[in-house]
Amino acid sequence: MTGPQPDPAPHPAPGAAGPRHLVVVGGGMVAQRLVEALRARDDAGAWRISVFAEEPRKPYDRVALTSYFSARDPEELTLGDPALWDDELVTLHRDCKVTEIDRQARTVTDRLGRVHAYDELVLATGSSAAMPPIPGNELPGVFVYRTIDDVAALRGWVEEKRASGEVALREGGTFERPVRGAVIGGGLLGLEAAGALKALGAQATVIQFGTHMMDAQIDLGGGQALKRLINDMGIAVRCSSATQEMKVSRTTGHVGRLDFGDGGRLDVDVVVVATGVRPRDELARTAGLEIGARGGAVVDLGCRTADEHVWAIGEVACIEGRCIGLVAPGYAMAEVVADRLLGGEATFPGADTATKLKLQGVDVASFGDAFARTEGAMELVYADPVAGVYKKLVLSDDARTLLGGVFVGDATPYASLRPMVGAELPGDPGAFLLPEGGGCAPALELPDDATVCSCNNVSAGTIRGAVTEHGCTDLAGVKACTKAGTSCGSCLPLVKKITTAELTRAGVEVSNALCEHFDMSRAQLFDAVRVADLHTFSEIIGRFGRVPEPVADTEGAVLVRDAGRGCDICKPVVASVLASLGNGHILDGEQATLQDTNDHVMANMQKDGTYSVVPRVPGGEITPDGLLVIGQVAKDFGLYTKITGGQRIDMFGARIEQLPHIWRRLVEHGFESGHAYGKSLRTVKSCVGSTWCRFGVQDSVGMAVELELRYRGLRSPHKLKLGVSGCARECAEARGKDVGVIATDKGWNMYVGGNGGFTPRHAQLLAEDLTSEELIRTIDRFLMYYIRTADRLQRTAAWVEDFEGGLDAIREVILEDSLGIGADLDAAMVGHVGAYEDEWRAVLEDPEKLRRFGSFVNAPAEPDPDLAYVTERGQIRPATAAERAAALESARAAGNDPVPAGPVVIAGSTLEVRR
Amino acid sequence: MSAVSHAPSTGADPDDVGEWERICLLRDLLVERGVAALVGGVQVALFRLPGDEVRAVQQRDPFSGANVMSRGIVGTRGGVPTVAGPMYKQVFDLATGRCLDKVGFEPVAGLAEDLVTWPVEVRAGVVHVGARPAVTVPAADVDLDAR
Repeated sequence: MTGPQPDPAPHPAPGAAGPRHLVVVGGGMVAQRLVEALRARDDAGAWRISVFAEEPRKPYDRVALTSYFSARDPEELTLGDPALWDDELVTLHRDCKVTEIDRQARTVTDRLGRVHAYDELVLATGSSAAMPPIPGNELPGVFVYRTIDDVAALRGWVEEKRASGEVALREGGTFERPVRGAVIGGGLLGLEAAGALKALGAQATVIQFGTHMMDAQIDLGGGQALKRLINDMGIAVRCSSATQEMKVSRTTGHVGRLDFGDGGRLDVDVVVVATGVRPRDELARTAGLEIGARGGAVVDLGCRTADEHVWAIGEVACIEGRCIGLVAPGYAMAEVVADRLLGGEATFPGADTATKLKLQGVDVASFGDAFARTEGAMELVYADPVAGVYKKLVLSDDARTLLGGVFVGDATPYASLRPMVGAELPGDPGAFLLPEGGGCAPALELPDDATVCSCNNVSAGTIRGAVTEHGCTDLAGVKACTKAGTSCGSCLPLVKKITTAELTRAGVEVSNALCEHFDMSRAQLFDAVRVADLHTFSEIIGRFGRVPEPVADTEGAVLVRDAGRGCDICKPVVASVLASLGNGHILDGEQATLQDTNDHVMANMQKDGTYSVVPRVPGGEITPDGLLVIGQVAKDFGLYTKITGGQRIDMFGARIEQLPHIWRRLVEHGFESGHAYGKSLRTVKSCVGSTWCRFGVQDSVGMAVELELRYRGLRSPHKLKLGVSGCARECAEARGKDVGVIATDKGWNMYVGGNGGFTPRHAQLLAEDLTSEELIRTIDRFLMYYIRTADRLQRTAAWVEDFEGGLDAIREVILEDSLGIGADLDAAMVGHVGAYEDEWRAVLEDPEKLRRFGSFVNAPAEPDPDLAYVTERGQIRPATAAERAAALESARAAGNDPVPAGPVVIAGSTLEVRR
Repeated sequence: MSAVSHAPSTGADPDDVGEWERICLLRDLLVERGVAALVGGVQVALFRLPGDEVRAVQQRDPFSGANVMSRGIVGTRGGVPTVAGPMYKQVFDLATGRCLDKVGFEPVAGLAEDLVTWPVEVRAGVVHVGARPAVTVPAADVDLDAR
């Protein structure tokens, strides 16, 4: 039953009133995609959609299930725009399995016995985890790995086992017996499950029936390289092993041992079975639909079953004679059905079974004819057993056309080669396999129809069109326009490459220029200044500034002859670069003229031109005496106080000439600048941690204080915020920070690239279970590398995203020192730590700098006469224009001087304000 | 009024300037770092340029209403000396006071987008500012009453 059917799309019944009813059975990723695609294209509102989901939640990103272990927040697995489910034409029935289909009556019955009529029915019931008939597979402690609930149950079990394995020692303290885990099945899912067990702090052994892991995707050579990499992660691997029985533990009644066919045994506390999936075709069977030989509802290339009103998509669909357990082909089927429901003729384009495994530290990818099954196919192999790298290209018999490939240990070429399947490779194919720098791979020009983003089915041509037709000028624009790279993100480097190439071709200058004074980007300028060893703005603009073409006025006199004197864009950049390279106080000499608004007087300018003052409170830890000092200072200077999001206290309403007096008091009592004004380290937020908290596993406050004191004063391309949480409950919200540190019972997990603000981002995992020393060295390098290479005002999230090769490439630089700059970065941070001085204390000791804080050059202590305040909730705030006008009016009416001298409280003056 | 030169330190007619007020010494001013001054009770921002010329513009930032212009970054645009408003980063020509770039903002109600300028003279190392604002070439209509 293949090929398009004679009767194409279902047409609206003549005279039918209102939209037709589409019932979708199943609430997984593919169902979500169908609803999304249909709602995006059904402008006329011809369809209303009811989705029946068995799980009690919205469709979620099952592919990212493993991340649930680190995130613990189901919200993180949210798919697409949640507003989809608020659409009035869409109804999601959660926890509402469909139990019966009546094809004659065109109705479905849900588990509550309610009957729903449909015009068209789509089966998207997916798969269930297969449970092989091994004796003992029903024992407590045996899990599958398919849903959030499976994962949550597994986590609960491991945590319970760990708690019960804790033994109090006679000499005090406890000993923890490690939880022993096994995963049956060495495929994609099994490796994910093993990674998850490790993340939970359990031991993991992978049991594989075949000769090597991932034997459906990669060949034996690749499998051997993979085994080495997996072993390096602390995961044991047992290949060619048939599990004969799962034995019960007599003491617990739980699963306790695995017995293998070769007589081997393995003691276990938990078993995860990941041997594959079976299509959930029971509804299709009872409804009498045709079922494939290995299960699944048989559909044609239009995804329709033999019943013209019933369709099947995703893993439950048996298309081209098989069920496909990958999400990308499922998405393609959803798009086909959406098109057909709207009268289109789309057909399934064939499955792209390319896979890329994203397990911490391990790169595995396979695509096309990975096993060289094509007649006459040639295999080109590069293997470096020492580095754990195996790369193979499969080529046609003339060694020109690319048929497929396998990458283990280094999947860099995957993104650019996968879309080239079936095309001729330019030049020597071997160049694509050599390590970077070892050879020069020719530039690939992808055909327009090559798929670049297989998650969202975006072709190279669509990406080019985003630039040429839709006027996108950067990666962010192309992503928003085409959806390319918005799901798994593995294609982003390629999307960026195509975008840049197309922009260049379109004559759009991809300009890195900072401003009219410098043609360089911030990163280029940083290197230039460092290498040329320059220390003032005048030297820098004289050496690297852009000298414009001479312009003559009408009388022939040349008007512009040099690079000028900079501007409010390049001067703060140069100020930041000079500060990062250690050039003394930011208000020294010419540097003082480069500082942006807040750095200009080392305080934060507010709307009326007064400032706010924030002393450093490292880690948010403050003594009662410290609180009293801040309180008294605020009271004495009449300042408004508010607690900041970074766990410190902000004092508002300080006039420029008051700043030194306020700081003299603060410095006398041991406070120092909090750098709330700088593009620099702000705070290291922390939860209370193991010193007080019943749940804390590490001293998060101690670590936060140490980090804040280490990085205080560190100038950077944008502000930097850090956070430290004492356990996985994450009370410090560290994953919302540029660097987030979360305690584990073995050390610290380090996340990078988070931020709040306009585009909130969650930080991503960079490294796990670091010791305190490793953690600090890794943060040192991450921050220093960011400071040296990021663009102006680019926060870490955008820097990581734009970085060639993404987070993986950054990890290589920082943890594996792939560029050989580790020692240099370390030395730079040591230099920073050694050179730190409190900027405010230094100003107070320098009469020349102090003089600049006068309000007027000819009346340095005279307050700005235009400042006016009202009181609200017991504190001052700047008066609004209307309040000023009203006060002026009433003063005039009373015959008073209408221009009061000095800042005044003009309304609600119940508060005595000494200003 | 006659059209006077828009370079206040050189071409202003003394009749237009009125009295000169002695403000400070030239060496009190750092090159490219502004200060505020009171000129006849009015707040003025003074800037010393690399050639030791001094410019004076209104201290009030038209786009925020706050008295902060002296705290802006001094630079050049196309070779012309400029100051950027510290609040919302509009760029002003320091010689004429003209707003060269509104960066998408509008001035607060009652204020013109351009800055009023004052004539400045440096005599024997002492900075003098004319008591009456200079009138710029009417490239933009300057509303003096708005100050």
